[in-house]
Amino acid sequence: MSSKNGIDLSLIQDMVEEYKDIKGSLITILQKTQEVYDYLPEEAIKYISEKTSIPCSEIMGVATFYTQFRFQPVGKYMVMLCQGTACHVNGSKKIMKTINEYLGISDGETTEDGLFSLKCVACLGCCSLSPVMMINDKTYGSLTPEKTREILRQLKEEN
Amino acid sequence: MKIVVGQGSCGIAAGAAKVYDGLNNNLDKSKATLTFSGCVGMCYLEPIVDIYDDDKMTRLVRVSENDVDNICKFAQTKDYSLIENITISKDDEEFLTKQTRIALRKCGIINPEEIDDYIQSDGYTAIEKVLTTMSPEDVIETIKTSGLAGRGGAGFPTWFKWNAARQSQGDEKYLICNADEGDPGAFMDRAVIESDPHNLIEGMIIGAYAIGAKHAVVYVRAEYPLAIKRLQKAIDQATEKGFLGKNICGTEFSCDMKIKAGAGAFVCGEETALIESLEGQRGMPRLKPPFPAQSGYWNKPSNINNVETFANVTWIINNGGEAFAAMGTENSKGTKVFALTGKIKRGGLVEIPMGKTLRDVIYDIGGGIRDNKEFKAVQLGGPSGGCIPAELIDTVIDYKSLGATGAIMGSGGMVVMDESTCMVSMAKFFLDFTAKESCGKCVHCRIGTKRMLEILERITTGKGQENDIELLEELCFAIKDGALCGLGQTAPNPVLTTIKYFRNEYEAHINDKKCPACECAEMLTYSIDKELCKGCTLCAINCPVKAINGSVKTAHEINSEICIKCGKCKEVCKFSAVKLS
Repeated sequence: MSSKNGIDLSLIQDMVEEYKDIKGSLITILQKTQEVYDYLPEEAIKYISEKTSIPCSEIMGVATFYTQFRFQPVGKYMVMLCQGTACHVNGSKKIMKTINEYLGISDGETTEDGLFSLKCVACLGCCSLSPVMMINDKTYGSLTPEKTREILRQLKEEN
Repeated sequence: MKIVVGQGSCGIAAGAAKVYDGLNNNLDKSKATLTFSGCVGMCYLEPIVDIYDDDKMTRLVRVSENDVDNICKFAQTKDYSLIENITISKDDEEFLTKQTRIALRKCGIINPEEIDDYIQSDGYTAIEKVLTTMSPEDVIETIKTSGLAGRGGAGFPTWFKWNAARQSQGDEKYLICNADEGDPGAFMDRAVIESDPHNLIEGMIIGAYAIGAKHAVVYVRAEYPLAIKRLQKAIDQATEKGFLGKNICGTEFSCDMKIKAGAGAFVCGEETALIESLEGQRGMPRLKPPFPAQSGYWNKPSNINNVETFANVTWIINNGGEAFAAMGTENSKGTKVFALTGKIKRGGLVEIPMGKTLRDVIYDIGGGIRDNKEFKAVQLGGPSGGCIPAELIDTVIDYKSLGATGAIMGSGGMVVMDESTCMVSMAKFFLDFTAKESCGKCVHCRIGTKRMLEILERITTGKGQENDIELLEELCFAIKDGALCGLGQTAPNPVLTTIKYFRNEYEAHINDKKCPACECAEMLTYSIDKELCKGCTLCAINCPVKAINGSVKTAHEINSEICIKCGKCKEVCKFSAVKLS
């Protein structure tokens, strides 16, 4: 059940079957789809639309409303930089600049080698360690420009 | 001996998981048992390890992997000198001893993933009492006596909402917990769920019984993966033990509970938007009335409360409404949890009785401002709240007094700012947030916040115009009056309060093109202090536009015509010779 872009829709088949008749499940279906592909591929949205009888336009309406959903593949490491108040007060702008310079990407972009994506996110709730970033569910706190570069350098080296 | 490693999200980020793994691999388990807890709220001291030996508890702070060996040796020898250097100081102990904990009373003490830990600390006794000895009306009456008000920000009396949902006709009702803690700078709800999820569950079942709901839903924001994991585990355990599901505690009452993960939208903290989101739609607020108590989730009577509100319920049932009402002021009862952050010495979770002052929290508990700087203002209530200036530090913490300053109690974010924080930039930060998070349904919020942001952008980049302050105020009042929901109606608060208390900063930006706090980059001039400069050349090497001249061992100079104000020179200078003006 592979589509022309290499999206294997069988990976979400059972999940969609499980939720399609439970009312109010669209966001859950989209979240679980993103867990599989790391983003929401067009083919998957069409497939969900077909199965749930919710028009694609409505699905896109919901998906684009929430910041969690992405429509492009992301890098191996998803760098989420916290934009909370405490991080702002404690210098998240500098960290942003460091990441921009070190990786050469801005908010929402992915490096050419497909290793890093950067996303600015709302408060991660670790305010006492601000400024904070989260990379693939791991939180790094009390960041300085040097520390940030070191973390990114280590991840680069691992690959 | 029992060794407990604190493992809340921030503890883990500070390295608690590594400490736990180190202990797990090296500790002689015949000498001590190893377990973990959630977060005790002393975030600035994480990772924290508590050692219980007989009746004595020793708290170790800022523990690193390197301390694992000594802790293991201590378990063998009980030689306190081994852990002396990481034992908490008397000063730091005061951070907790000066608090009064109700909602957080078990946070950081019990293991959040073990229901037996919760039961052993009097857990699930309140629900048993309620189901076997109280009518729903009794419960509502007790909550009324307690004076508990919604801790999400608005401070609406909890009993009134419960009673309205109880009075609504219909067999199918829903109880919803709002755990979409979107206020940037607030993390009380996350800590409660991660550290004491059963307390939330028990409070919710009591609420469900009071309004007559058979279904309960917790809407948790997606940015809190650990909270979702622990809450799900707790729900499963509670269901297994008969505290959730059919015939709870062997009575006629049944109630199930499920989690819905949010998908990232601040507006979903507004109750009707939250309901839309629960139904799988765009989270856009509904017009009220009808209120959720009449027609909410799936158009059925629904009641929505915040996490902290529910976290107080079990204590109130067990200790009586009067005991809760005995704390606080005339118009605000009980305690309130704050997430104290920013430029503060001791940041973390602070729970205090209403009626204390901001000074009590910031200086007495928080230890004052970091790096010996001047206290400038404190921001309460996030994007819906406001900045309270230093001269009002003796303001009493209750709904009425805080409201009178132009700020709000809010959900509990308390961000402390020092002299280096630009208040105009702070207002812009919040407007940027609300403009992005505006759902777009009503014109005032959608376009009004955008226009305000544009004005603030130009003020902070040195392009402010003569009547900008007046224009901002006009927009503020129009949005307050015209917006559909709480997000829009309160969005102007950060701007209004900063204009009210820091008008001179706005004027300096607009008239003199100067940022008094030296934060707004476009308005700064970089220069090198000739006395301090050692001529190391580091700044010149790092300057991306070659704006710095000077030879080795002589003072350098910045050519302000070429300088792009990137701040690189200041960042690399080891002698603090680069100055801003």
